[in-house]
Amino acid sequence: MILATITPSRKTELIRLLAEMNYEPGLLNPSNTLVPFGQFDRLHYARFVILEDQTMDDITVCGLPRVNYPTYLAFLGDCDGPADELLAEMVKRASDGLRRIFMYCDGFDVDADLLVWIKAGNVSSAANYVNWIGRTVRQVTEEEALHQALERFLQENSTSLRPMQPGQLRERLKVFVAGEQQAGRLTLTPPKPTPLGWQIRNFLHLVGIPIVLLVLSPPLLLALPFFLIQLRRCERSDPEIAPRVDPDHANLLSSLEDHDMTNQFSAMGSVKPGLFRRITMILVLGAIGYTARHIFNRGRLARVTSIQFARWVFLDDKRRVIFASNYDGSLESYMDDFINKVAFGLNIVFSNGIGYPRTKWLVLNGAKDEQRFKDYLRRHQIPTQVWYNAHPGLTALDKWRNSLIREGLERMSMTNGEIQEWLRLL
Amino acid sequence: MSALPVEASDIQGLVRFGYAALTEAAFLLLKIRDAAAARKWLSRTSITTAEKMSRPPMTALQVAFTREGLEELGVCDDLLAGFSSEFLSGMAGQESRSRRLGDVGANSPQNWKWGGPGNLPHVLVMVYAQPGQLEGGIQAIQNAEWDVAFELIVRLDTSDLHGKEPFGFNDGISQPTPDWKRERTPAGNELAYGNLLSLGEFLLGYPNEYGRYTHRPLMAADAPRSSVLPFAEDRPDRRDFGRNGAFLVFRHLQQDVQGFWRFLDLQTGADPAGRQNLAESMVGRRMDGTPLLPASAHSIAGVDPKPAAQNQFTFDSDSDGIRCPFGAHIRRANPRNADLPASDGLFSRLLHMLGFGNAGYRDDVIASARFHRMIRRGREYGPQLAPEQAVTDNADTGEHGIHFICIVANILRQFEFVQNSWVMSTKFDALTQESDPLLGNREAIAGCPYTNTFSQPQQSGANARLMGMPQFVTVRGGAYFFLPSLSALRYLADIGNE
Repeated sequence: MILATITPSRKTELIRLLAEMNYEPGLLNPSNTLVPFGQFDRLHYARFVILEDQTMDDITVCGLPRVNYPTYLAFLGDCDGPADELLAEMVKRASDGLRRIFMYCDGFDVDADLLVWIKAGNVSSAANYVNWIGRTVRQVTEEEALHQALERFLQENSTSLRPMQPGQLRERLKVFVAGEQQAGRLTLTPPKPTPLGWQIRNFLHLVGIPIVLLVLSPPLLLALPFFLIQLRRCERSDPEIAPRVDPDHANLLSSLEDHDMTNQFSAMGSVKPGLFRRITMILVLGAIGYTARHIFNRGRLARVTSIQFARWVFLDDKRRVIFASNYDGSLESYMDDFINKVAFGLNIVFSNGIGYPRTKWLVLNGAKDEQRFKDYLRRHQIPTQVWYNAHPGLTALDKWRNSLIREGLERMSMTNGEIQEWLRLL
Repeated sequence: MSALPVEASDIQGLVRFGYAALTEAAFLLLKIRDAAAARKWLSRTSITTAEKMSRPPMTALQVAFTREGLEELGVCDDLLAGFSSEFLSGMAGQESRSRRLGDVGANSPQNWKWGGPGNLPHVLVMVYAQPGQLEGGIQAIQNAEWDVAFELIVRLDTSDLHGKEPFGFNDGISQPTPDWKRERTPAGNELAYGNLLSLGEFLLGYPNEYGRYTHRPLMAADAPRSSVLPFAEDRPDRRDFGRNGAFLVFRHLQQDVQGFWRFLDLQTGADPAGRQNLAESMVGRRMDGTPLLPASAHSIAGVDPKPAAQNQFTFDSDSDGIRCPFGAHIRRANPRNADLPASDGLFSRLLHMLGFGNAGYRDDVIASARFHRMIRRGREYGPQLAPEQAVTDNADTGEHGIHFICIVANILRQFEFVQNSWVMSTKFDALTQESDPLLGNREAIAGCPYTNTFSQPQQSGANARLMGMPQFVTVRGGAYFFLPSLSALRYLADIGNE
């Protein structure tokens, strides 16, 4: 995430400029002249969002004075490969547009090296979730083309194909696809081998963290009762702030939503003051980052299949957090997943934020207080000024299905049962 | 007469009864001309309640209001602010809501006969009557105040198609059973599909399926004229304007009966049996209402196995969608699932809660049904047109359709969710390129080459896919209404009498 402080007097102008990238609020022109997102072929999603916190007064319920944090401009992108390469490419292709955007931010120097300036504003995520680690933009595009071509072929030749046995049909489809590939109408680029360095780092991360935890386990176990006592004390007394949502705020947010099958979500808030919540938040996000990287990296975040990318980023010396995600369906269905499928996961993170509905033992209640939870999240949500999706109309499940279609086509051998299962994808 | 732990005499009857014996009905959509006269009319009119009677009444009268209607009557802003934002904004109040509801293209509110921009009703008066009694019933309510109070925007008539909707299917079969006895305590994770649901899903002022009280307007105990209102159960210091009231969602849906049967006729080579089979596969039931699936072995809470054999089933036995396609109307409208995939034992349940133990990419993708149910009270309109008539060239061209009416406590979580995420969604249950075979608007979506198909999984081979389905159902009007309790009606009638 690239973070820049907006010059207070110039916020309105910046908002106006960002709006120029859209056909209408919530609907981006991917070939707009400022940053033509559609040209970057390794970029899944991207957004420019003004981080203006509506809830800065909340800290006063904890007996502390309001802190007037600056208003930031954030750029977030979900891309294949190293982020630095994407930034370099963006600077190469859209330097004028990026300069026009960042010129509304403090300390921007028109003459300075743009890439260096942008990279200086880089803030790492505290936790990152990717629906399917390793599935590239190119792969998604190619596999959707494959899916469409197969559907069309089946439709146009249904009389001759319908009587075929499953195995025979699969062979016929393979021949068709090979022909299309030869004619240059379909491309199925073989996946690039994962860089060895990445694999080694990933393995060290996978085993390293548990080893460190194991080593630290005696003191951690000793600390656990104290942690739990403190947790319950906080949970009993922490104030809730979840008033009914301001209709104007809700209307502004919903005007940006449901232009596509996938939506963006950006939210921010303050971590409860004190060392206890701060440490809990760091540990919890660490655990989420770990499980997202090594366990929930194949289409499901626990039970949820509708989140394509999500991340948490600390701001202002870990006093504030932003959460940004790209999810399939409407906000109401997203909330439904949160409440009915992964309430525990929401609770362990967000209950460290000021005002979250009351939890018990960190995982219970909280989001299960359905309407207060929805009010809480909506209140912390902020409008995303510019949002790009490389594959509009494709949900995470669409992408998963398309990968399964390709996999079944490329497999050397399949049993009859497997072939039948595979045909049901079409 | 009934010994329920609820005040049946305070609830409008439609929440509890469908008034099946009252086969005639008309819905009057009104604008308030004179608020004082409207309140006077309200105070002098007797609204039918949910009390059980020894035999059905000759007529029944129900009344509901839009946000604009409540404002006209003089409800103050503070009280209004207690209503949900979707009720306040209205069915056609926001473009983003219209996008979610599928009210775009031909369904767009600009084209509506009523309920669209500048054409919002204030009051809905519903008159139900036994055969021959309707006009008398309507005349009876048009007393001295009526003409001063109201201006009629439109009168919607209905017809008695003997329990069938205009395409010819038995309708209104699946209904949730509200827990009138208030015995249900929902578990955190319900492991089986159930049809018995907390009263708070359908009436305000009672705990819902989360065990919570849905947002509703409350007022200070000493607010003027509030003594007619009951106290809030969860806030004994407040009077509850919502208790025993509900939201009523009304959608005027025109059905292209000829278009429907002619399309199916064309697809099946004019074979009457084939065309009926295809229609039944789109609906998910036989025309007489029999489900396409065998009855479940174990009983389902809230489904009485004898009279309601047509609801004694789930889709668990059809995980491939071969008997009843995944995209069939009844699978979308109520997927009949539990909170968790079928689990045996604590360990398996724990695995499922963490998202493990799923065999395929389609497993465990549908939201739990119990949070998304509605009481349906729709009525048909237009002449009957049988399929064999519909496919002929000289069939009539009269307008057919249904006045879809449902009763819920939370419009957003119940009606809007079902409409958006299940019925109109082209991505329901990991499907793509198809929305509800009956209700879908077939509107283009960026990145999807088409949305007008219907897939049918086959025992062997690839799915069959019906292509190029036209739109069969068009929205012609609609609004969100509040169906107040009798005490809230008394409060409304009393505004202005300081």
